[in-house]
Amino acid sequence: MATTPQATFLDANEIVINMGPQHPSTHGVLRVILKLDGEKVRGTELVIGYLHRGVEKIAENRTYTQFAPYVDRMDYVAAVSNGLGYCEAVEKLLQVEAPPRANYVRVILTELNRISSHLLWLGTHALDLGAITPLFYTFREREEVLKIFENYCGARLTTHAFRIGGLQYETYDGFEQQVKEFCNTFPFHIGEYETLLTGNRIWLKRTKGVGILTAEQAIDLSVTGPLLRAAGVEMDLRKAQPYAAYPDFDFDIPTGQNGDTFDRYMVRMEEMRQSIRIVRQALEKLPDGPITCKVPKIIKPPVGEVYHAIEAPKGELGYHVVSDGSTQPYRIHVRPPSFINLQALDCMVRGLLIADVVAVIGTIDIVLGEVDR
Amino acid sequence: MSDEKPQETQKQEGAPAAKPANEAAAPVKPAPPDPSAPVGEPWESELVTSLRAAFPEMAMEAYSHLGENCLIVPRESILPLAQHLKGESGYEMLTSLTAADYPSRDQRFDVIYQLYSFAANERLRVKAYVGENETVESVFPVWSGADWMEREVFDMFGIPFDHHPNLKRILLPDEWEGYPLRKDYPILKQDKNWVKENLHIESGQ
Repeated sequence: MATTPQATFLDANEIVINMGPQHPSTHGVLRVILKLDGEKVRGTELVIGYLHRGVEKIAENRTYTQFAPYVDRMDYVAAVSNGLGYCEAVEKLLQVEAPPRANYVRVILTELNRISSHLLWLGTHALDLGAITPLFYTFREREEVLKIFENYCGARLTTHAFRIGGLQYETYDGFEQQVKEFCNTFPFHIGEYETLLTGNRIWLKRTKGVGILTAEQAIDLSVTGPLLRAAGVEMDLRKAQPYAAYPDFDFDIPTGQNGDTFDRYMVRMEEMRQSIRIVRQALEKLPDGPITCKVPKIIKPPVGEVYHAIEAPKGELGYHVVSDGSTQPYRIHVRPPSFINLQALDCMVRGLLIADVVAVIGTIDIVLGEVDR
Repeated sequence: MSDEKPQETQKQEGAPAAKPANEAAAPVKPAPPDPSAPVGEPWESELVTSLRAAFPEMAMEAYSHLGENCLIVPRESILPLAQHLKGESGYEMLTSLTAADYPSRDQRFDVIYQLYSFAANERLRVKAYVGENETVESVFPVWSGADWMEREVFDMFGIPFDHHPNLKRILLPDEWEGYPLRKDYPILKQDKNWVKENLHIESGQ
């Protein structure tokens, strides 16, 4: 110590500290090894895998139908999206299509799930940055969405709402009324969150210019979802490569300009409004008819492989399914948005302060169940 | 509603098994379908033509199945092809990188690259066959996003990527023995020594 001159101390000595895996702001069991120069982050190393369950290996030992509930346990705050992606991938392999009514109900539930996922993100992200109040507000509305799920299929989180070929359950009595009510009240609540945060000086200081990810960096790092859109790239699989009933609806793709934490916040807020717009249209046009197409009881897709991707709340969720013609998938690879977006953390936090690392982890919106699978 | 179809399919499935000896004309024992063989029709497009022109000596197969286009190329060509696809053909994003194991084949692994072009709004799958003791050149210099994806493939299949900046396990512990997503790794198998040493229990099950 004595031999190190004070002037060069900060340059010469790198301090390595450990954040997580048990830390409230890492949103699960994520370990970040921070290389610091004073309080400035010089580099990070991420240690993941604490929640690895070998979902892809399990898939090879289950039938297509048996595996469906497992996908809910990846991104467990957006289980409906996971189920939609999986069911559509297998349907593509079987070359069947869900009937219109099923597709509409799928869209309604998936968009409600997007809202509940974003609400959880907003509440915890704000909590990380020191704003406690929004959490209570967002959980109040999230509860409404979870009640709809519970009424529909009996589960709140790991819903297993869809089946290969369509739906298991017809909507319950009062479904449309309950969803409509939610659509009528929710935009007001988004206004409430915005009153609390958007113009708040502390919020602006903590988010503006923090964790910038440019469009070039995002594309190079395979980043998708709100992170990519906040960087100004108008890319949304619901528009670019539409699936389910999305071609029938009018909605906008919100984008940002700076690719910072604040832009990502604004993009997600607008996405919730757009989701309400989609749900309203879907309710209005909800067709009658069967809720499932003809699929064999024993699902045996022909030999082949497909890659099917949907726009999950966190980004592109892709399923690569290889069939050998038997009742069990030969190989399923899940392209999880959280895992791939998390990779951008290092690029986003270099040169920032430790406190900003918390903001950036929050803004990437990860779920460790999906990162580790 | 779905009463009729299952019966039909069950009949079809059940027929050869019920009376295999009777019908001599029918294949006596239908060979199990080989999932490693490419399915689909040959694919011709501008892209394929331009790639054939740019890489004349590369053995490339192109086919299309269920509207998804796929190229099969030798593993040595992956890096130059990736550079070309990104630079010239506009496939700016590597969406996904994974592998599949076919132990009965000479080169047992498929390494599968899933690319996306923003300008054309198109996906492209590129595959390379890799043998057990062979390596693939890392595409990290072309797409930085390949970093973790290649580490995951290395972790799960044990396929090494040459010139990867930090090739080590990502989801499993560094000292873990075996590669779980290989077909010869049973589902209940675990690295018992690791479990004993690190968790101080006899078995993880």
